[in-house]
Amino acid sequence: MLVLTRKVGESIIIGDNIEVKIVAIDGDQIKVGINAPNDVKIYRDEIYKAIQEENRQALNVETSLLDELKNF
Amino acid sequence: MNIQTKFLGEVAIDEMKIINFPEGIPAFEEEKEFVLLPIAENSSFLTLQSIKNQAVGFIVAFPFDFKKDYSFDLAKDDKEKLMIESDEDVVVYSILSLKDSLETSTMNLLAPVILNIKKMVAKQIVLTENDKHPIHYPLKNKEGSVR
Repeated sequence: MLVLTRKVGESIIIGDNIEVKIVAIDGDQIKVGINAPNDVKIYRDEIYKAIQEENRQALNVETSLLDELKNF
Repeated sequence: MNIQTKFLGEVAIDEMKIINFPEGIPAFEEEKEFVLLPIAENSSFLTLQSIKNQAVGFIVAFPFDFKKDYSFDLAKDDKEKLMIESDEDVVVYSILSLKDSLETSTMNLLAPVILNIKKMVAKQIVLTENDKHPIHYPLKNKEGSVR
């Protein structure tokens, strides 16, 4: 893994059109700003797990609601 | 062929209508084949049902019925995976989380299901997180409705 040291306000450029900027640091939290083309996927590492959990939850359908939905 | 569905009992389906999910659906990666069946005539809701596994049946709807300005750009690699050649190939569904009541139920706008209707291949993608694409978007926001 490439490791670079940056200060607040400094950026890293990836490829021709992705900029990653350190916006702010507050204790152990770091705000990162990203400029990238719209078709580049950006998400937090945890988000895929959140989607998996949401899908599991989505299977628990209250069947009484189904009849309501049919007329919704 | 006949399949067992979670919500509609045994249903005869046309094999041409089977949708391929080469990567499965997050948390159900082993389910690769689904069908979309309306839950009732004139309903805005459909069930996305696994062919093999009766227990894996989601309720889905068109997100644009609930959020007219919902829009996003597809990533290049997703377009390629789904063999999308034009916008007309694409239909978008959102998976619903139905809670105790419709008022508390939500749809997942962060991870829409993208279907190429010409190739019958689909994928649940994850969009960039922002306020426009919440994972829990309230259903009661159905636009143009009196609710």
